[in-house]
Amino acid sequence: MSAVVDKPPARPPSRWAAPPRPVWEEKPRATGLAGKGLVLALACLGILFPLWIVVVTSLSSRRAIDEAGGLVMVPHDLTFVAYRELLSGGQVTRATVISVLVTLVGTAFSMTVSVLCAYGLSRTTSVGHRWLLMTLLATMFFSAGLIPTYLLVQSLGLTDSYLALILPSAISVFNILVLRGFFMGISQELTDSARIDGAGDFRILWQIVMPLSRAVLAVITLFYAVGYWSAWFNASLYLNDQDMMPLQNVMIQLVQKQEAPVGLGQAIKTGELSGLAVQMAVMVMALLPVAVLSPFVQRHFRKGMLTGAVKG
Amino acid sequence: MSHSTVPRDRAEADTTGTNPQARDDATGPPRTDRPGRVSLRVRLRRDRVLLLMTLPALLLVLLFNYVPILGNIVAFQDYDPYISDNGVVSILHSPWVGVENFQRIVADSAFWNAVTNTLLLFFLQLVLFFPLPILLALLINSVVRPRVRALSQAILYLPHFFSWVLVIAVFQQLFGGAGILSQLLRQHGYDGLDIMTDPDTFKFLITAQSVWKDAGWGIIVFLAALASVSPDLYEAAAMDGAGRWRRMWHVTLPALRPVIALLLVLRVGDALTVGFEQILLQRDAVGPGASEVLDTFVWWNGVRNQDFGYAAAAGLVKGVVSLGLVLAANKVAHLMGEQGVYKK
Repeated sequence: MSAVVDKPPARPPSRWAAPPRPVWEEKPRATGLAGKGLVLALACLGILFPLWIVVVTSLSSRRAIDEAGGLVMVPHDLTFVAYRELLSGGQVTRATVISVLVTLVGTAFSMTVSVLCAYGLSRTTSVGHRWLLMTLLATMFFSAGLIPTYLLVQSLGLTDSYLALILPSAISVFNILVLRGFFMGISQELTDSARIDGAGDFRILWQIVMPLSRAVLAVITLFYAVGYWSAWFNASLYLNDQDMMPLQNVMIQLVQKQEAPVGLGQAIKTGELSGLAVQMAVMVMALLPVAVLSPFVQRHFRKGMLTGAVKG
Repeated sequence: MSHSTVPRDRAEADTTGTNPQARDDATGPPRTDRPGRVSLRVRLRRDRVLLLMTLPALLLVLLFNYVPILGNIVAFQDYDPYISDNGVVSILHSPWVGVENFQRIVADSAFWNAVTNTLLLFFLQLVLFFPLPILLALLINSVVRPRVRALSQAILYLPHFFSWVLVIAVFQQLFGGAGILSQLLRQHGYDGLDIMTDPDTFKFLITAQSVWKDAGWGIIVFLAALASVSPDLYEAAAMDGAGRWRRMWHVTLPALRPVIALLLVLRVGDALTVGFEQILLQRDAVGPGASEVLDTFVWWNGVRNQDFGYAAAAGLVKGVVSLGLVLAANKVAHLMGEQGVYKK
């Protein structure tokens, strides 16, 4: 009792501070700490520095870019002109809208199918459970090959349709297994009591299982969304119409082949706009949603991946 | 009483795994011993909602993963895509050529070049990429401040979520002919330097890009393994006089060993697949001599040159060898007492 009273009024520890060290652990040496910090800082810098350059250059005026002789490292004379031009109609605007729509529709579709399937497979005693699971699992070991898949998608008449960007890669068996593992970990008493109260499987899934699985649902949604957002290969295979191309494919033309986006060529030629700033702005538009969203989901990654790994 | 209340058998309440004893009971022999206890028709009716739920995914998998396997028969044809608008009709009317396509592949030096490049890249990634996440995970794990950990993890995970197009564009801005590196060299009076188009260093470039994109992401699984090590072990080791490094050697590394072994085995099983998208995006810049791998070889001959039978044959060879490798790797994983890709 007295020990509690005798404690000095505790100052709330800074969230950056180290937690108390167990008595048996040595005090860290200063050189060790510095070395660790240095390596970690370098690794993080190696990731952030290129992104910094891209963002700063995309925001720089033509004058600032000319002064720097190319890419800008120190921000000055910032302007949003590149973004304004890109987003005021034209090829990049259209591609962005297409990418956003394909990502939204595709992710919704993938999640619906995957969650349903994962729940359907989470009862290990249901009819055909083992057979269904094996059918899905087997696809992790082989792929049919590029050419037959290409011929199939063409035969289905999906060429030059946005369905070709969604259907062939709509579900990932790995994601379904992660979801299933999580669903199987949910206490059976809970679902059983709901069943006794008269809830069907759809209702149990919607009102009990899914609210309890928010963490893993967030992770898997992010995985699917990133997949759709980053995809370019299916579009390059199955779409012929340049006007249908999503953002990543437009970025290939812009950054790799150094072509000016349709509609902006004039502005670049007359010197109002730096071609480099335009390229960088397109890159920022491609990385922004991912960079903004993934940190929010980050704390769930390990939980999500672990459940999948342990119970898959 | 409706059919949905037929018990899914005694096991149902016990499958959560909270009670290992009950679980053993449930999955043990009694179930298979009494197949006629509840008739299939009743069970089908009882589980119809669950089956209905798996149906969409099953259809997608059957259509896009299983049906195309049949399409591999074009490897034995002189497939002519112009017979019909529909690929299936074309397959039916294309002439058979037996194993001619495979004979062509074996005689094709471009194919063997792709094989060489694939294997070289695989070994480079194994040596230069594989150990990095382990080292990074050990480093992060030794950082005790929670905020520093969370922040550095957030940064290290980030590039995994970027598309290959973006990663390659970023590298171009750093190391390309007009990139930061060239820019700095020129400002200091040297010649510019274009690493992005140099065939000699291309394989290292590819590896560096993989490291930048995914080395941070790779630490997750090792961190999970490290988090599951009981602190008691460290304490006991410290009591016995083990210093920092001895604890790492005798406690931390043994904890990581199963994960390392498993990932290594699986990586070897996947040896013939190296960075398809990544390499395809840069194929034009360095030329096929240095950059062609098996996947891009198939893409080039099939999609670009419309030589479908030939490309499908190359893809089939790769697929069959890959399947063998994956199955063998999984077998080895099981033999080592690990779960492999899936648990049985």
